[in-house]
Amino acid sequence: MVIPQYNKEQVFDILATIPDPEIPVVNILEMGMVKDVIISNDGCEVIITPTYSGCPAVGMITADIRSTLEAKGVAPTTVKLVYDPAWTTDWMSDVAKKKLNDYGIAPPLHSSCNNEMLSKNTIPCPHCGSERTQLLSRFGSTACKALYRCDACLEPFEYFKCH
Amino acid sequence: MTQQQALYNYALRLGDNSLILSARLSEWCSNAPFLEEDLALTNMALDLIGRAQAMLKYAGEVEGKGRTEDDLAYRRGERDYYNHLIMELPNGDFAYTMVRQLFVSTYELFFFEELQKSTDATLAAIAAKTLKEVKYHHLHAKDWVIRLGDGTAESNARVQKAVNALWMYTGEMFEMDHADTMLLKEGIAVNTDNLKLGWIQMVTQILALANIDLPADGYMQTGGRKGIHTEYLGHILSEMQYLQRAYPDATW
Repeated sequence: MVIPQYNKEQVFDILATIPDPEIPVVNILEMGMVKDVIISNDGCEVIITPTYSGCPAVGMITADIRSTLEAKGVAPTTVKLVYDPAWTTDWMSDVAKKKLNDYGIAPPLHSSCNNEMLSKNTIPCPHCGSERTQLLSRFGSTACKALYRCDACLEPFEYFKCH
Repeated sequence: MTQQQALYNYALRLGDNSLILSARLSEWCSNAPFLEEDLALTNMALDLIGRAQAMLKYAGEVEGKGRTEDDLAYRRGERDYYNHLIMELPNGDFAYTMVRQLFVSTYELFFFEELQKSTDATLAAIAAKTLKEVKYHHLHAKDWVIRLGDGTAESNARVQKAVNALWMYTGEMFEMDHADTMLLKEGIAVNTDNLKLGWIQMVTQILALANIDLPADGYMQTGGRKGIHTEYLGHILSEMQYLQRAYPDATW
């Protein structure tokens, strides 16, 4: 029997060093993508959930988790993808939202999504803070973002949609 | 037919619908009327391919013969595909694509709302995730159909033409067969009979806002759910499956 030389807390600490491949300013824990870590005699299993069904970053995140953990001696590592409960921007930490804003991406406005997501909202500009902004496109450079423009500072910016 | 076979068929059909519509929407990449719409159409295609991947993966697990989602996507001929015909029809103009998206996403709003209550945990989880994305697709399609329908004489005429052409492909979405009723008894499948009224009301309301006439309820085309397709599906597959057919087992 192999006795693991690491505990759950240490694994989470290592996971916190892995950035989101598409928004490198936040890590995968802050994004709320890591659901659990299960340590057994067979190794370490990391359970993650995708932000969007077709999120193309999932493959890279899976590879990053395995290589980062195994480089730190957490081996063998497996990554399991689950859909339930469905990911929501509710799981994004306040720290992550602040980091997004500082990075130039307006963070999700509401704590929850669904119907609120669909209503018209004022999204403050992450650059100048003005509320004189307008939606340019519901779909942005990635599935999780929409495109906006600020009419005060005239800068375009992305908004991380409530989901 | 065993319940296992019925469930395999059910997940497979759902996967095929997403996969084929995703392939069609992807064709708009670099061809949309303007950049933002290019991103929107391909973003929707991305959601659909993610859903297809989850559904086909599950179908493979249920089947229990070791087939992966890739095996199912790339190694079946057209007669073994079970998507609704509406998914495989060529994109036509932008109005046509948006009218199809409206018909399909409105259906999906009602369908996945119900499927998330399925007694099958995997289908329920995929449905709950899908529903969030579908709401967004629906909103987008609805806005465009109203904007175009309520726009110029030209854009109105194009939406009307698309509605007339696509109407006969909408009936298939509500068909149910033996496999569906078997799963319905177990609380796994959705009773699509119950979705018709909501669908027609919502579509009627949106088309009215778009100044578009509803076609008279008439002949409905059928076949996709039995593997009998239009001539268009084979062409989609020949392009999609080229690499695996030419270089079997190729990986990268």
